[in-house]
Amino acid sequence: MADKFFVAHAPHMRKNESIAGIMWRVDLALIPSGLVALFIFGSSALWVILSSILAAVGTEALIQKARGQKVTVYDGSAFMTGLLLAYNLPAHCPLWVAAVGSIFAIAIAKQAFGGLGRNIFNPALAGRAFLMAAWPKYMTTFTRPFVYDAVTQATPLSLIKEGKASGIVDLSLSYWDLLIGNRGGALGEVCILALLLGGVYLLYKGIISWHTPVSYVATVAVFMWAFGSPDGFGRGDALFQVLSGGLVLGAFFMATDYVTSPVTKKGQVIFGICCGLLTGVIRRWGGYPEGVCYSILIMNAAAPLIDRFVQKRRYGASR
Amino acid sequence: MKRLWHEFIKGIFSENPIFFIVLGLCPTLAVSTSVNNAVGMGLAATFVLVCSNVIISAIRRLVPDKIRIPCYIVVIAAFVVIVEMVMKAYAPALNRALGVYVPLIVVNCIILGRAEAFASKNPVLPSLADGLGMGLGFTLALLIISTIRETLGSGTLAGLSISHRFEPALVLSLAPGALLILGLLMGVIKWARSLRS
Repeated sequence: MADKFFVAHAPHMRKNESIAGIMWRVDLALIPSGLVALFIFGSSALWVILSSILAAVGTEALIQKARGQKVTVYDGSAFMTGLLLAYNLPAHCPLWVAAVGSIFAIAIAKQAFGGLGRNIFNPALAGRAFLMAAWPKYMTTFTRPFVYDAVTQATPLSLIKEGKASGIVDLSLSYWDLLIGNRGGALGEVCILALLLGGVYLLYKGIISWHTPVSYVATVAVFMWAFGSPDGFGRGDALFQVLSGGLVLGAFFMATDYVTSPVTKKGQVIFGICCGLLTGVIRRWGGYPEGVCYSILIMNAAAPLIDRFVQKRRYGASR
Repeated sequence: MKRLWHEFIKGIFSENPIFFIVLGLCPTLAVSTSVNNAVGMGLAATFVLVCSNVIISAIRRLVPDKIRIPCYIVVIAAFVVIVEMVMKAYAPALNRALGVYVPLIVVNCIILGRAEAFASKNPVLPSLADGLGMGLGFTLALLIISTIRETLGSGTLAGLSISHRFEPALVLSLAPGALLILGLLMGVIKWARSLRS
């Protein structure tokens, strides 16, 4: 009789989920965007992705070996970091840049903080921020789509930032071009349709919830509609702003990272709104044309604070 | 003699002001972009540290307790003015490169810290040894950090170009690079120490 009653801590209801299962499904959701990138930018995109992933997985294995831990590269999280970092790089950036970024992401942003689950900042974004500060030349030279050669083309957002264009009409682009990825930009961020496909898959599988992506994208849309145009209030092009830059990639795949974003639903909404406000402020008034990376990194630091703030009061307990 | 040696050597290794006491980070982060600046800064601070330690320890019984900090600052400031004038006369380029950080030696926490924690409680000779050790420890730490930052961050060493093919990582000559290198070095030193014990 005694062995039938056992006392254990919560949680009592378990899902048949594992870290590896979730991570590989996120990786799977990222695949369409990568395939489209190969189609848009040619084989150089493949080499960038491969070197980034190899460096990430290799660094993780080396460090875990050196620290005498179980090597957990098969759980797909280092793979995901490498993949996400590559998606943030221009298609023709030197392969060593991609590799160094991945090494930094895994060694400094992830393992130095204690490994999976303990990192404060999203490793892929930290790697990108490091590369941006270290070799800005390579990080801001983007490739022209569908040319399959190292012909450069500025991103729509940077053309607007530099005052060379004021809207989608000047850029001779249509919204359809932005949707399918016919524009200059980082290799994994350009094709919005492929990213949405992956995002919807993750939502359907229940791996991410709608709270962060929807609040993030909606905030950017409203903010840029209201303040996005120098002509005055309410003259901004919200759709153009949502479809350009790395917003969709960031909102679905990076702001939803389990480790570095709030766990509560209310917290996720606050997280998304704050990311959106920061992105809008950086795009409109900041020094960089795009602010998705930095706004998510800044909010990563605030994520534990947000979770504390929205914590429910236990019945009978004082706050 | 043994005590003097102990006071001297502790500043360089076991109580290194940057790696162990973690003082004086502002000049460390600011001037460790190049080896030349770092050595200049380290030696200037060492001179001020030794002289102020000696004077403060000599007058430690005369200074009323309540106004000791202002007294220390006056002593330190006097030596900083000497350093600045000498530097302006004989090494104007270095003075320009270090800029505001030369006058800021007045409020360097290593110097104030040693005055408060050591020189005001100990006789002249140990204070001299302590100042010399701490100063050289500071210089050594600056030298290590700046060597890494200059080679990787601007591709030169003491102003000489290393290789044409190497592409320096700009971030290491910026403030985040200084914090990264300092943090990694502290980690490595801590790890090396844990191996020994």
